[in-house]
Amino acid sequence: MWQALRKPTFIIPALSAESGIAAFLTQALAIAAKDVRSEIRSREAVSGSLVFALLVMIIFNFAFDLEGEMAEVAGPGVLWVAIALAGMMGLGHVFAKEREQGGLQGLLLTPVDRGAIFLGKMTGALLLTLALEAFLLPLFALFSNVSILSPGLMVVVLMGTLGFVTVGTLFSAMAVTSRSRELMLPLLLLPVATPVLLAAVEGTRFALQGEPWSELVPPLTMLAAFDVVFLGLCPFLFEYVMEEMGA
Amino acid sequence: MIAFELPAVTPARAKTGLAILALTLLLAALVAAFVIAPTEREMGDVQRIFYFHVASAWTAFLAFFVVFLASIAYLRTKTPRWDIVAASAAEIGIVFTTLTLISGSVWARSAWGTWWTWEPRLTTTLMLWLIYVSYLILREMVEEPDRRAAFAAVFGIIGFVDVPIVFMSIRWWRTLHPQVVGSEGFNMEGAMLPALFLSVIAFTVVFLHILILRAGLERSQHEMMELRRRARWIQEGGG
Repeated sequence: MWQALRKPTFIIPALSAESGIAAFLTQALAIAAKDVRSEIRSREAVSGSLVFALLVMIIFNFAFDLEGEMAEVAGPGVLWVAIALAGMMGLGHVFAKEREQGGLQGLLLTPVDRGAIFLGKMTGALLLTLALEAFLLPLFALFSNVSILSPGLMVVVLMGTLGFVTVGTLFSAMAVTSRSRELMLPLLLLPVATPVLLAAVEGTRFALQGEPWSELVPPLTMLAAFDVVFLGLCPFLFEYVMEEMGA
Repeated sequence: MIAFELPAVTPARAKTGLAILALTLLLAALVAAFVIAPTEREMGDVQRIFYFHVASAWTAFLAFFVVFLASIAYLRTKTPRWDIVAASAAEIGIVFTTLTLISGSVWARSAWGTWWTWEPRLTTTLMLWLIYVSYLILREMVEEPDRRAAFAAVFGIIGFVDVPIVFMSIRWWRTLHPQVVGSEGFNMEGAMLPALFLSVIAFTVVFLHILILRAGLERSQHEMMELRRRARWIQEGGG
């Protein structure tokens, strides 16, 4: 299965001998690997959104004087606003790139389960967003002089990003086929993802303040609820979005 | 020719009957809330807003539930009827969410001394309002009818996922918002119950009435578009 990551040639997963779950995962991974590979070669989305995220943090640091106590109070909000806005830029790219290059038709015609296409696009977007965060979090720690080396924080960031990216991938597919698509993605994604972001901000604050795990349970429960519901619904709803994407 | 299935017309008599029923129930709710229900010991008369606040909130959730169900029905059947019902219910849901926010705000000014506070229940309700405003903007932005209906249905289903979390948030976070209906039943004076139930029922009937009217209007619009399309087709010498 992991071969797909290294193999640079195009593979047609449906024709491979595997079947069932293994084939589904191979197909999804092939699509995710394609997106990651194209990002590694072009370095468009991650570098672009990282610069954007940094600018957001600079403006907030200027506005709130994010040091000491303030870093723990306002810092989580600043961090998640930066992640959400920059992440949204990357998500907008997920399908827009396919459309520009005419890859959308190919993707739609690929003889694989549509859930696998969704999972593949989503995993690709998730990996790119996590890459963005891998750069952003140390910079946040450096600027605000807080420690980010807590397992609680990592779990909150992972779970928050997962929910955000899952529903973001679905809306990205919807936005790309509608009029004024740059406006569409934030309009759809922000209201629906805000509860996820609020729980993530709450969790990040507790983690930065070094609270015990028991304090982290309510925000983590909420994040888990969103992740499970979005992961369950989105691949299924994606089928209906894809039906309307072709034209 | 594209077959175009339209929602069944509700007979005029049924519409009038429902309107009269709604009006009667609303009047009864007013009497129950202002005359029968006792004055609350600490908050005084301001507490009476509670009956209409809860009724609006209930109706808003009901409307969004209708959006959710109609969205599922649309994706399953692909009949425009369900799309029309979903769009109409979303609009009405926004109106009742607005009423909930305003009535809550007026009450909070007296009880908490502020019009607004960033408390979980208030924040999530405001977000719910924003979700369905986005839903309507989405409908404006997609022109092709089948695509608009499908995208709106997908968003209507995802958007509704937030509703249970609005309910849950009050238990997950420490909150200022009163919990009147808890696990131990109703946390209020027995004489207050008729006012609450009557206003909830009245608002529900009002909602049904507006929903039927609004869906009928939308249906007429669809019909007109279809007639125009046919007229153009005939003018252009088709068939």
